[in-house]
Amino acid sequence: MDFINALFTQSFLRQALLVGVLASLAGGLVGPYVVVRRIGYLAGGIAHTVLAGMGIAYFIGSSPIVGAFVCAIVAALLIGSISLSGVDQEDTLIGALWAVGMAVGVLFISQTPGYNANLMSYLFGNLLLSSEGLVKVLLAILVGLAVILWLIHRPLTAVIFDEEFARLRGVPTKFLYLLLLCLVAVTVVLLLQAVGLIMVIALLTLPAALAGHHARSLAGMMLIAAIAGSVFTIGGLALSWQADLPSGATIVLLAGTGYIISLLSRRLIRRFTA
Amino acid sequence: MTHAIEIDGVSFSFERQLVLDNVSLCVPHGGFVGLIGPNGGGKSTLLRLMLGLLAPQQGRIRIFGQTPTQASRRIGYVPQFARFARSFPISVEDVVLMGLLGKGHMWGPWRRRDRQKVDGVLETLEITHLRYRHIDSLSGGQLQRVLIARALASQPDVLLLDEPTASVDSNGERSLFELFASFKRDMTLVLISHDLGFISDYVDQVACLNRTLLSHSTESVTADTISQLYGEQVQMIHHHH
Repeated sequence: MDFINALFTQSFLRQALLVGVLASLAGGLVGPYVVVRRIGYLAGGIAHTVLAGMGIAYFIGSSPIVGAFVCAIVAALLIGSISLSGVDQEDTLIGALWAVGMAVGVLFISQTPGYNANLMSYLFGNLLLSSEGLVKVLLAILVGLAVILWLIHRPLTAVIFDEEFARLRGVPTKFLYLLLLCLVAVTVVLLLQAVGLIMVIALLTLPAALAGHHARSLAGMMLIAAIAGSVFTIGGLALSWQADLPSGATIVLLAGTGYIISLLSRRLIRRFTA
Repeated sequence: MTHAIEIDGVSFSFERQLVLDNVSLCVPHGGFVGLIGPNGGGKSTLLRLMLGLLAPQQGRIRIFGQTPTQASRRIGYVPQFARFARSFPISVEDVVLMGLLGKGHMWGPWRRRDRQKVDGVLETLEITHLRYRHIDSLSGGQLQRVLIARALASQPDVLLLDEPTASVDSNGERSLFELFASFKRDMTLVLISHDLGFISDYVDQVACLNRTLLSHSTESVTADTISQLYGEQVQMIHHHH
């Protein structure tokens, strides 16, 4: 196998693989909350707004990933406040932010002198362009995510399950909702290293939705989603390497295929057991 | 003796539509009040005011002399059936454990001693055998018992129940009412019901709410009061002493 041989000889490929797996693990932790709370669209809004931060960072010569994190958090808090304020037409406002964020990003990138090949990798991802040092950053962020979720999992689950009851028990529901969106924002930035911001929502929600077919608890969903996400990322990277295809698109297609197979197999199982 | 619940001259309107008009009600410690009335008569609104989820526009509400928000940790609440997604990936035990959330019990995972704390309420509600079941696999009556267990897990002094028997057959309804009546020594109960059903066999006081409140001891609920509240067509069902 070329891919396996290349893994031993090419350090950048090993690095790409590690980045993809770390991002998938983060997606496995956070994705289940997004799926059960049904905020996939909102997460999509955050993901696309991130281009503004990347474009601005690129323009001023700063690191795009820092711009992406800052912008993702700002977008999460903005969208979260809109959602909590109960304004009419929440979906319209999110859609507007989604498009305006992308427009700002495109404008800043277009005004940056030099070769703009990076834009494509922001939009569609390219694991093979992962910079050195990214692995350590992602690992640190993944550990941070895990610690925060370990602390807040219990009250956060209560908020998602029955917001009113949680509020009556004194759970800080608005704080936890905004914190969840910030965690989603951070995860989105990790995942878009692998598949780019246009397809990031697939890697955030598909493994978790697939896990939801089979798991009976959020923790179980996280485990299955993390494994499934890693399999899709590794498999997609290997396939794209062998067939010389774009890695991000291959990963997302594999995730989509996995999701559909899981959905159909669950239907078949139900038909035969019913 | 101070009252557990004091509602004094409370009015409330939604967008200029008056839902509650000068409602007053006192419930003593260990009392059991059945709150009945037609749909849209303001029962759930009154319950939500007692919970502090809504604030009265006129009048005041005190629970053990405190505002509902201050007293919220002493109030157990059983919401109307199935406001949440049944497909939510969670077990019966984890739902009941949510009743323990509160001061000093907020962050980090549940510990073994937390899980042991709900043994008693699962026993009381006779759902111990369902403990590790996923909520999606429960019948309506079983899920209702889970929600009651969740409210009891917080060891409340006041228990507010919003139509807790709506999804239960009449046998199940009677056994639930017997259970509620057995709580009376330890707590004060207010129970919403859209019909009289068995309620008057178990409660000490029936409050009839249709924007204004008429309160009666159970003996004095007569066909007259009922027809006054609901109109003429209502038949008295299952009402004996």
